[in-house]
Amino acid sequence: MAAVAAGGSRSRRLRYAAERRGFLATLLISPAVLFIAALVGVPLVLAVYLSFTDATGGSLTGKWIGFANFRSVWRNTIFRDALWHTFLFTAISQAVVVVCAGLLAHALVRSFRGRWFLRFFILLPWAAPIALTAIGWYWIYGAGIPEASVFNWFLVHLHLESATNVTNWLGTPRAAMSSIITVQAWRMIPFATVIFIAGISSIPQEVDDAAAIDGATGLKKFWYVSLPLQLPIATVAVLFGIIFTATDMIVPYLLTDGGPFNSTHVLTTWAFQIGIVSGNVGEGAAIALFMLPLLALVTIGMLLVARRAEVT
Amino acid sequence: MTHAWRKKIFPYAVVVPFAIVLGFPFFWMAITSLKANTDVYNPAKTWRFHPTLASFGFLFHHTGYLTWLKNSSIVGLAVVAITLAVALPAGYALARLAGRVGRGLGIGIFLTYLVPPTLLFLPLSRIVAQYLHLSDRLWALIVVYPSFTIPFAVWLLMGFFKAIPQELEDAALIDGCSRFGALVRIVFPISVPGILTVVIFTFSLVINEFVYAITFISSSTNRTLAVGVPTDLIRGDEYNWPGIMAAILVASIPLALVYNALLNRFIAGFTGGAFR
Repeated sequence: MAAVAAGGSRSRRLRYAAERRGFLATLLISPAVLFIAALVGVPLVLAVYLSFTDATGGSLTGKWIGFANFRSVWRNTIFRDALWHTFLFTAISQAVVVVCAGLLAHALVRSFRGRWFLRFFILLPWAAPIALTAIGWYWIYGAGIPEASVFNWFLVHLHLESATNVTNWLGTPRAAMSSIITVQAWRMIPFATVIFIAGISSIPQEVDDAAAIDGATGLKKFWYVSLPLQLPIATVAVLFGIIFTATDMIVPYLLTDGGPFNSTHVLTTWAFQIGIVSGNVGEGAAIALFMLPLLALVTIGMLLVARRAEVT
Repeated sequence: MTHAWRKKIFPYAVVVPFAIVLGFPFFWMAITSLKANTDVYNPAKTWRFHPTLASFGFLFHHTGYLTWLKNSSIVGLAVVAITLAVALPAGYALARLAGRVGRGLGIGIFLTYLVPPTLLFLPLSRIVAQYLHLSDRLWALIVVYPSFTIPFAVWLLMGFFKAIPQELEDAALIDGCSRFGALVRIVFPISVPGILTVVIFTFSLVINEFVYAITFISSSTNRTLAVGVPTDLIRGDEYNWPGIMAAILVASIPLALVYNALLNRFIAGFTGGAFR
């Protein structure tokens, strides 16, 4: 009888403690969840709502007009070009980033004399505020005066360009697109490198040794041992890069602002142009919403990686 | 012998060219910032010119640079404080909450970090203006920035806290510490380096932010660094390129030094969460 009572009170106490732990966890986590719900969830829902209204600058509401915004957005050829440019901007810069960061990471995980010093220069493009360094690039590209561009000076001296006909890097459509892609790749390489380094250094030394004993060397070891093991973290880095490039506005906005002749508009600069500059909030929101499918895809990718990491 | 030598040379063969290419823009900015305004449009004058620090004087005395620096710092400090207050408990709880729920919540919070400002700035600009009545005030930024710093900080902190063995806390509990006491007396002191890393990276996210700052703030005296330099220094009639380059370097170099020093901790936190 006494034993039963003692057992009962102990289980009750245990349950009480467990409840308390759950309660404590809820208490600790809920401020973060609330903050995010209010400042990410609510605006996200509002963005969807706005895209179905004729809201203009200065108001948060408008008449419900169904898909009219999407139709008028789609009819505009600048928008369709912007969609294509967003794809080019993202795909090319990220392809360059993956190759460069892969190489760099494999070199930087080793310890060698002067690593700290050299790593500083590798990290610079990531650590420096991009809104400022983009202006630095604007100047390097000549800031509208092709003769002042240090690139053109190099090219003329290497006889790759005639001194009388130098490229206006940001002022000619094709060159402008390559120029902004270059800057985006430049600024994303360090972050990808850092994450790749994390992936490589997460491989236990024993695995390396085992591979060596089994006779795997060089490329073979890389392909069958190192690559599969660092793939989850590398995938995270690439997905990150895709999102932060496709949804970035700073580089195209500051370097070309969509110009010349709307030849470098991406989704974000076009949404800013229509939504803020022209004050057509509904249409701007509709343009920005075209980023959602990509966001969904990347989210699924992240979840798959996380699930795989959980299973293994 | 040759093999060992090749192994030794490999990192340099890769890293040195990359360091030169990635660092070149900063080299050129530094050269430009030391030139006089008359030499600036001639790239040929790379070494042979009279270096002058006039651009730095111009920057500090004749532009809003110091004001923007102050604004960025105020917003940065306030956002760091809010972020820590919210993210420290959440990161800790998520690290200790075993099982599917904790993991799912952690990844959920992380994923909200991916929702870009370029998708949210339109509705947020209206909310800030109409409901919060904060347009053109630094408070607008202080309120909105935690929306991306909190997910980021929770994720990093979760990684750091997971690395602290549960046994340490259990020992404290047995010794009569309360759960909260164990948190404050044991867990937080060990995590100081990790927390410091979060502070630095949160601060730099704030310094970097551009889209919200250019949408919410309209007057020059309320701008932050990231918006003040590209708008006020560029959109005028007379460009002072040496001054602009100085503006970029003054803000960038200290940040890069800190990044380099904290890199290993950042890696530990970022990947400690759930991706391995």
